[in-house]
Amino acid sequence: MSALLEVRGISKTFDGFKAINDLSFSIGQAELRAVIGPNGAGKTTFMDIVTGKTTPDEGEVLWGPESRSLLKMNEAQIARAGVGRKFQRPTVFEDQSVADNLTMALRADRNPFAVLRWRPSHDSEGRVAELAAEVGLSDQLPRKAGELSHGQKQWLEIGMLLAQEPQLLLVDEPAAGMTLAERELTTTLLCRLAETRAVVVVEHDMDFVRRLNCRVTVLHQGSVLAEGSLDHVTRNPEVIEVYLGR
Amino acid sequence: MQRTPFILRNPSVLALIAVLAVFTAAVTAASAAYGTGLLPTSMIKVLGKTLCLALAAVAMDLVWGYLGILSLGQMAFFALGGYMIGQWLMYARTESIVAASMAANPIPPTPAELQEGVAGQIFGVVGSTDLPWAWTFAHSLPAQLALVVLVPGLLALVFGWLAFRSRVNGVYLSILTQAMTLALALWLFQNDSGFRGNNGLSGLQNIPGLEDVGQARLSVWFLWASALALAVGYALAAWLMGGKFGSVTRAIRDDETRVRFLGYPVEGFKLAVFTIAAMITAIAGALYYPQAGIINPAELAPVASIYLAVWVAIGGRGRLYGAVIGAVVVSLLSSWFTGGRAPDLNFAGLRMAWVDWWQVALGLTFVLVTLFAPKGIAGLFDILNRKAKS
Amino acid sequence: MFRIARIAPVIVALLMPLAAAANPALEAVIADNLDQIERPSRQTVAPLVAEIAATGPEGLALLQAWSARELALTEDGRAVITSGDAPIDAVTGDPVTAEFSGLRPNSGVRGLIDGALVVSQLSDPDPRIRSGALDTLARKADAEQLAALRGALDDPDPAIATRKARLERLLTIQLGEDTQNRVQAIRDMSGDVALDFRAALNPLLATRIVAAADEPAGNIKRELRPGSDALTREDAIAILVSDGVLQPRLTSAEQRMRLAANIVDGRVAGVPVSTLDDPDARDRAYETLEAQGAVPPAATEAETEAALQDHDFYAIYAEPDAAVTTAAEDALTRTGTRLAVMKGFDLALDSLSLASIYFLAAIGLAVTFGVMRVINMAHGEFIMMGAYTGYVVQTLIADRTLSLVVALPLAFVVTFAAGVLLYRLVIRHLAHRPLETLLATFGVSIALQQLAKNIFGTQARPLTSPRWLEGAITVNDVIGISSIRVAIFVLALLFLGLFLFIMKRTRLGLEVRAVTQNPGMAASMGINPDRIAMMTFGLGSGIAGIAGVAIGLFAQVTSELGQQYIVQSFMTVVVGGVGNIWGTLAGATMIGGFSKIVEALNPANTLAAQTFMILFIIIFIQFRPRGIIPQKGRAAEV
Repeated sequence: MSALLEVRGISKTFDGFKAINDLSFSIGQAELRAVIGPNGAGKTTFMDIVTGKTTPDEGEVLWGPESRSLLKMNEAQIARAGVGRKFQRPTVFEDQSVADNLTMALRADRNPFAVLRWRPSHDSEGRVAELAAEVGLSDQLPRKAGELSHGQKQWLEIGMLLAQEPQLLLVDEPAAGMTLAERELTTTLLCRLAETRAVVVVEHDMDFVRRLNCRVTVLHQGSVLAEGSLDHVTRNPEVIEVYLGR
Repeated sequence: MQRTPFILRNPSVLALIAVLAVFTAAVTAASAAYGTGLLPTSMIKVLGKTLCLALAAVAMDLVWGYLGILSLGQMAFFALGGYMIGQWLMYARTESIVAASMAANPIPPTPAELQEGVAGQIFGVVGSTDLPWAWTFAHSLPAQLALVVLVPGLLALVFGWLAFRSRVNGVYLSILTQAMTLALALWLFQNDSGFRGNNGLSGLQNIPGLEDVGQARLSVWFLWASALALAVGYALAAWLMGGKFGSVTRAIRDDETRVRFLGYPVEGFKLAVFTIAAMITAIAGALYYPQAGIINPAELAPVASIYLAVWVAIGGRGRLYGAVIGAVVVSLLSSWFTGGRAPDLNFAGLRMAWVDWWQVALGLTFVLVTLFAPKGIAGLFDILNRKAKS
Repeated sequence: MFRIARIAPVIVALLMPLAAAANPALEAVIADNLDQIERPSRQTVAPLVAEIAATGPEGLALLQAWSARELALTEDGRAVITSGDAPIDAVTGDPVTAEFSGLRPNSGVRGLIDGALVVSQLSDPDPRIRSGALDTLARKADAEQLAALRGALDDPDPAIATRKARLERLLTIQLGEDTQNRVQAIRDMSGDVALDFRAALNPLLATRIVAAADEPAGNIKRELRPGSDALTREDAIAILVSDGVLQPRLTSAEQRMRLAANIVDGRVAGVPVSTLDDPDARDRAYETLEAQGAVPPAATEAETEAALQDHDFYAIYAEPDAAVTTAAEDALTRTGTRLAVMKGFDLALDSLSLASIYFLAAIGLAVTFGVMRVINMAHGEFIMMGAYTGYVVQTLIADRTLSLVVALPLAFVVTFAAGVLLYRLVIRHLAHRPLETLLATFGVSIALQQLAKNIFGTQARPLTSPRWLEGAITVNDVIGISSIRVAIFVLALLFLGLFLFIMKRTRLGLEVRAVTQNPGMAASMGINPDRIAMMTFGLGSGIAGIAGVAIGLFAQVTSELGQQYIVQSFMTVVVGGVGNIWGTLAGATMIGGFSKIVEALNPANTLAAQTFMILFIIIFIQFRPRGIIPQKGRAAEV
């Protein structure tokens, strides 16, 4: 199985601080992966680099079967290539209705002129209703997103992410601020999604990671410290030192 | 998601068209040319110009209220539109005058002599007798009409491409748009830039070929044209902002980064809205200056563009009708107060003329509106709506 | 010796009651040339002047009086000098009681007399007279005077000796007796940038353009091609016409006039008048008329072209000596190079002073923008407020220096208070809404502007600088800077120092830096960001007030004063990058320098210079969107 995303030897320095240091990472076409690490390990910077928000000082980020470099593409092009990102803090467009939010995220031509010509169809409306049902927001479609509760916003954002139909999902701390029941739902959803696409979950919460039951990559000081099953990495003395030794 | 006709989804378009229809009919009935003569021609011109300003405010609202770019350069597009139509007005009129005077010569003039005579008439004030390259198409009305939208559109496209590409945002971008306007104004101020320096273009109220119509009737015609332009421009803006395109535009205003991660080429959207707004503004300018009669580089003063923003803010940004209300109310009040017709105030024997104090009052009002009524006059409609619902 | 020589005639005169000749030679010359003295002619008077000068001190005194129109003649032909308290005889020095009539030589004659006098004045004991003589020679001199100057090179006053030596070299360039001498003089002074040297070279290098079939005689500079920059086609044609080689060309107006004069029955030479709006038709009609002899012939395009082909055009030096012109060209090139360097230096000085002004005007904006991310549109009005404060203080305190000393801190206090007030009333309530803040402060700006207009009127108010700030510091003909600009530069340096001190060495500075970098963290450490923001806003506004006083000293104080600087200040902040004083400094230097350079390249058009500057900034932002010195840290990336 060839890799969907391959990150080779990237480094990034912010004013002398090495946020990422010779990091390599790869993930397959349909795989669930958890990335863990203490604060400042470089998790967010890693996601920033993959999504095009930050350019690394050196290294290579390759994408897809043709191994296209993502470094020459901007955020929007990378998103269109099939990388979806969910932020830690839910960011939805609060001034617009839930339906508008989902419609905007629907997979369609993103060119301004195509968007100008775009008209809602039975297909698109059906798809929006379907997505809303999936994230439990069917009743909220005409409401403004700003009026939703924090949890509902999280779900709306996940719904928007699904609407994009990405091949790779980068999810930043999805469990933060969720109730136990919601976590359960999230876990199920992520596992199901990983059957058809690659999902990278960045998480602090070990319980949540255990529930995902997947391969784990441990970051420390900007590079990979260990990789393997959760049990495997938690037995690694270095990982124990990093997590508990301080 | 129910699909309703465009007009029903945007009741304000219907309302505006109705108001404009009643308004133009009333003004026509009160005009000297077609009715009772209650309104003097100068007043009709003021009303016509106000409609043009309202159209410019609608475009400003597109850029600021919907896209989130506080452009302090809209008047550059407005004035450019005026200059483009002004070139034809001035050239064609001067040509007919020069041709008439040359007709007295025993030998009929050659085209070159005619052009030389026109150039001498137009550019004598700046000490030149050559027709500058910028006037290549001045003899042709269709060409200049095309330039009315093409030149400001191109300027907006180039400037926007440069600015958006480097991701200049917020206050920086505002300052940059102001700089663009200033640069254009300074360039036009030069005598050798080909636009008659600080003399500007004048005599624009005389429409070549319509000399026999008279200002009384022309002013009403221009009022109709301005009302039509406002209605069409408003409907276009409402249509643009009503669909998914408007959705993305407002999303860019609220969280540009997030829109990028949704895969939308943010710069392309910004560029499209900015350029369309520039063209609408230019059309408003092209209708405004024939009613004003004169255009000069002072019209591009950075302050003028900020006034436009002030109108939109007072009217209520992010709502097209707010922009129209703001522009109409504030510009009419301004011309009333600074026109010397408003009665003086008396404070314990201290006589204060509105001519002197209107600017102070406007400035302070503006601060108060920003502080206490960020939604402007249109915010009142929200309150009314809420009351009606409950 | 001198004294005896001078007193002797007086003694002799006293001893001899009868009018005896104290200077017989002079008396003889006067007697022989009475006619010439009474009605001198410029063409013939030169030998007489030389003769009189040769007779000694009395002769020179006479010449001086003659030139000053203080010489008169009595009925019996005696010369009388009328310059003193009482008229005296020019020859004997005796008082004269007889009737006399004044002589009024014309300026040409007086010039000749002065020229003769100069030679003697070069050795006059009075240094002022020697210096004056050098001035006269520098204006115009001939070969004999040059020789005299060479004879009088020694001088007790070293400054005058230097001037004499320099003048000798300059005159040798023009009047030197042989090529070698002149070339040597040119080489000696090569690279000198003073105006007098350039003025001495320019006549040597003056050329005229000659049209000839073959290479002409003379000191040819080069051959010119018609239609090039050095010789336009029109100029070449004009030369041929004035040489009589070519018939004058016909202007379209002349052609029309002559055609109009020949209209017969609605036709000109058979061509219907109505078709004459075509230039070709006009040419045909004119040619027909020309053939009939009805109009004077005019050169056709073909004839003109042929004449241009037949002739070569040469630029010929007025100076016939090729060696001299070559040396002069070389010297001028070297001078030009040195001049360019010096002009560059002068430009740098100019840029520096402009940068100081921008720096002073922008520093307050940069501080507030760095800390609060808001642009204060009323900043320009704070500058204006400072300038008006200076004006008001000046009306109360007459002493210029004292009023300035009072005005500077007072302007700071006034605008500091205004800034704090604006912060408390408006800006604080618009936190994190930069665009609204921009517009609200614009409202304040227009209100303040109109308020100033209502209080102080629309006419400009003067803010006069103290005497010691007037004038300029001049290094040479090229480099110079006005004192006021030096003072502003010093003021800007002072503020840079003060600002660095506050930021790096005081508690306030520490807190300001903390709030700039991370407001949330700073707040959690017990720093009150609101107070810090207020203080920085006040500080920024106060500096604007001081900048206002400084600007008011060289610009007119009007209610629009602030508007003229606000956009440049914005540019400075944008170009420099925010949150860093060095960025502001770099921005100000860059904008000041760039505007001066563009202005120097296109001195006739300062408007174009400003246009280009703004375009440059817009392009610059493409490459450094966050300014020259961007704010650091990960926060800045967001």
